[in-house]
Amino acid sequence: MSRLWELWKRLQSLSTDVQVRWKSMSRVQRLSGYVLAVLALYLAPWWPKIPGIGWLVNTPGTQFSTVLNDQVIIFVLVALGLNVVVGLAGLLDLGYVGFYAVGAYVVGVLTSQHASLPWLVVLPIAVVVSMLFGVILGTPTLRLRGDYLAIVTLGFGEIIRISAKNLDWLGASRGISDIGRPPSIGPLKFGVIDPKPYYWLGLTLVFLVVFCLHRLEESRVGRAWTAIREDEDAAELMGVNTFKFKLWAFAIGAAVGGLAGAHYAGKVGFISPDNFPLQLSILFLAAVVLGGSGNMYGAILGGIMVAWLPERFRNFTDKRVLVFGIALVLVMVFRPEGLLPRRVRTKSPMKSASGGQEVAQ
Amino acid sequence: MPDWLIVRTFWDLTVTGLALGSIYALVALGYTLVYGVLRLINFAHSEIFMVGTFSALIASTQFLNIPMLEDGNYPYRTGGTLVLFLVFILFAAMFISGVGAVALERIAYRPLRGNGDAFGAIALAFLTSFVIGLIFVNETKANLIIACVGTAPISYSYLRFFKKGKKAPRLAFLISAIGASTAIAEAVGIWGPNRREQYQTPRILEKKVLFSALGTDVRIDYVIVIVGALLMMTALTLFVNKTKLGRGVRAVAQDAETARILGVNVDLIIVVTFALGGVMAGGAAMLFTMVYDQSRFNIGFILGVKSFTAAVLGGIGNLKGALLGGFMLGLVENYGSAVFGGQWKDVIAFVVLLVVLMVRPTGILGESLGRARV
Repeated sequence: MSRLWELWKRLQSLSTDVQVRWKSMSRVQRLSGYVLAVLALYLAPWWPKIPGIGWLVNTPGTQFSTVLNDQVIIFVLVALGLNVVVGLAGLLDLGYVGFYAVGAYVVGVLTSQHASLPWLVVLPIAVVVSMLFGVILGTPTLRLRGDYLAIVTLGFGEIIRISAKNLDWLGASRGISDIGRPPSIGPLKFGVIDPKPYYWLGLTLVFLVVFCLHRLEESRVGRAWTAIREDEDAAELMGVNTFKFKLWAFAIGAAVGGLAGAHYAGKVGFISPDNFPLQLSILFLAAVVLGGSGNMYGAILGGIMVAWLPERFRNFTDKRVLVFGIALVLVMVFRPEGLLPRRVRTKSPMKSASGGQEVAQ
Repeated sequence: MPDWLIVRTFWDLTVTGLALGSIYALVALGYTLVYGVLRLINFAHSEIFMVGTFSALIASTQFLNIPMLEDGNYPYRTGGTLVLFLVFILFAAMFISGVGAVALERIAYRPLRGNGDAFGAIALAFLTSFVIGLIFVNETKANLIIACVGTAPISYSYLRFFKKGKKAPRLAFLISAIGASTAIAEAVGIWGPNRREQYQTPRILEKKVLFSALGTDVRIDYVIVIVGALLMMTALTLFVNKTKLGRGVRAVAQDAETARILGVNVDLIIVVTFALGGVMAGGAAMLFTMVYDQSRFNIGFILGVKSFTAAVLGGIGNLKGALLGGFMLGLVENYGSAVFGGQWKDVIAFVVLLVVLMVRPTGILGESLGRARV
């Protein structure tokens, strides 16, 4: 075990080496590196065909590009959104599946159930509506302390699911079928058979979200979130309007969740309340926390892990909630900052942020 | 008076609401106790309740050999046998739930407080190698072998890690609790004989009508539940107020650091707190199976959230508050589902929780275990 630990350390130092070399490259070299990486990601559906290492990523039982879109893209999008709430602002949201469901249901209602608008028009509506739900949920609850907030958001997730199940207007437990698909552009046909166009669309969405969140993180808003996460009272005293920024975090997180839901609904074409169980919230949380909450790339890694591992190793597809539940405990005990911790300039905030824990030693 | 459902069945709803409320109250005690002492929402407490219902099921079917049906009829027992059986099942459920709660504390919480011990290290090591095995091998026996083989070296390194005494941030406790809660429920859902389906528990108590009042027939099981819950709560209150350990619980709830300086064994008190909560949840579980004759792997989740609501409603950290909150929630929920329809029952509890937290976050009676005013 300690050997393994050494190996891990060595891998870490290797990655720093790579980073140093990367920094020392010229601008053109770096740009071409980015372009190559992006290209490689867009070509991901063909990764399993690569001789030698293709079997590593291939998913037995399910078509690889289906996994890429239906699982990986969705989980990465959701992890990115939840990371804003949990990782950046430090608000534990256990009802995140609710926003995801809202996004999916808006698309379902407006493209099939009560209107037949095109998917592309509905997408921004879904994002805005999810955001509104974030504000509606956040306004009364964000004055609560961390652990109360967790329970209340959990309740909200359930309320949304139960409402979808009981309201005929939302299709009740039958769900909504024949949901509109993204429009086909030239050779890109968004049909039933080929999942690749959806993957490319999803990947584009991911890049868009990463870009926006990155800008946000570097801005005043991002700094306010960090301040709130580290010490809410201190932030308030320093003149940060904590409530406003917490609400922003909630709304932006909800918007990304809704985007993921809308993408999901557009791909599968059918949604029902059973698609949004509580366990999904736990898996979403696991994605963020395992990868490294507070670090966008950590959240992406976590999303990929939670989505792809159960498909790669089919043995535990039906046990994945169990596996990631136990993993949550283990990660919290041994590495609360996750696999890819966020970069910190001063002392590790995870260590110093143990406010109130002195009760329990 | 108009012929509304709620008016017609008001007293019926009151009786069933009180019975349900006393189960909420018993589970709420677990949340309240742990919150009072550790300032932590023991999210996995609901699964301790679930484990209790299964202990009651196993105790009655495996140890007492009670069949589900006898000659096409429920296996009713009468007189002394009935009392003996019920008490045995009660103690079995209480015992297993108590042990489960203590184990949970050792595995999922104590290492986070920076003083993990050998038990926690071994259990976590077992879980680690079990999970790793689960990813690659799909055979329960092989998994167990892998888990056992891997336990030794991993637990060694875990113990070394624990020696550092690293304390986790506050949010980590809650996430760990959520992980534990999900894992326990899923484990029962995966490896239980009925998997994710419902389980029936044998009905040994004939649910006769004990007496009629205000036009309502009061069934004997409801009376047992309410009286039993009240008795257990009285016993708990006496324990916390009168015994030495109980004084320790109150001391730690008030100020853990000072209590430690004054010679209170804080770790022991925490174990006692979890055990007390577990025992109460076990009692609640047995009463629950007696009234509803069923259990399921995910039965804990909704009930747990509602009990937590009850605890918050009465004032978390306050033993009397748990009782009051439990009864109130049981009643509100029953009346509410008569007005809005049964399918909205769970929503009502959540809305109540939200309203209470917004209007009076400290609950009706206020937080008080910490002020030794139990």
